[in-house]
Amino acid sequence: MNIPYTVEERPDSGLANGKLGIWLFLASEVMLFGALFSTYIILRTGAPEWPHGELNIWLGMINTFILIASSVTMVMAWAELKLHNWARHRMFLIVTFVLAGVFLVNKYFEYSSHFAKGEGPWHSTFLAIYFTLTGLHGLHIVGGMVVMAYLIGPGASLFKRNPDQFVNRIEYTGLYWHFVDLVWIFLFPVLYLL
Amino acid sequence: MHSDPEAIKRSVRLYFMIGAALFVCTGITVAVNQVHLAVPLAITVALIIASIKGSMVASVFMHLSHEKRWIYGALILTVLFFIVLMSVPMFTVGDSIGTPIGAANASHAQPPER
Repeated sequence: MNIPYTVEERPDSGLANGKLGIWLFLASEVMLFGALFSTYIILRTGAPEWPHGELNIWLGMINTFILIASSVTMVMAWAELKLHNWARHRMFLIVTFVLAGVFLVNKYFEYSSHFAKGEGPWHSTFLAIYFTLTGLHGLHIVGGMVVMAYLIGPGASLFKRNPDQFVNRIEYTGLYWHFVDLVWIFLFPVLYLL
Repeated sequence: MHSDPEAIKRSVRLYFMIGAALFVCTGITVAVNQVHLAVPLAITVALIIASIKGSMVASVFMHLSHEKRWIYGALILTVLFFIVLMSVPMFTVGDSIGTPIGAANASHAQPPER
């Protein structure tokens, strides 16, 4: 039995089920990260002093550029698919996947330098919230990479069987990926600059 | 959401322009940080720039500028709950307004003498 409304829009909402589903998921993600940002505010306002300059601003800035670039390539992957340019779609999706990997490699170097100095999450309140927020964000990057790897690899065959459904999947993956970028846009100034 | 090829081709140019604008805004955020403003002003400036960047991503990349009513409805509800969530720390700050610094903690640490 086929799952209804994977491509066609529901008469009541005017949306495919996946579209509404991904937005409701993102709404729950807003609350998840919102709770952690709220925790950050409580910890920061309650602390007698707050450290500055503990993080490498330039590495954080490079990672911001990487995620912004990956958002552009992700939306281009969707746009090229809509324009029926399969090869360019795959190129942009693979570039997005690679950029996500580069982000994680940078994060690995950043984490390693902290741990080498014995500065784990237990070291201070600031580092505890830093590792929690960036660790959770990093897990979201990994999750996005898993989905992208599927769409680049075995999931790509869906395009031959049901191209509209595949375009929708790329769109939903893009929405998730832009949200991950959006979270980092706020994490970068809050953790690295302020 | 655009579906005709001409509209998508026009959007492609917009995507690259927004990407460039996001790069510039990130550069401005870091440059402002190098000026060493007072902390409240620095927080305000950084969060304003981050909000501008976030709204560009949401409206253009996530196509929120032309979405269906159901999605706007879900997001308005999310924003309301998010505001409540962000207000929670304000209540804790409000509890200590007018209390000398450290007095609130001291009163919890030591039981009152009889």
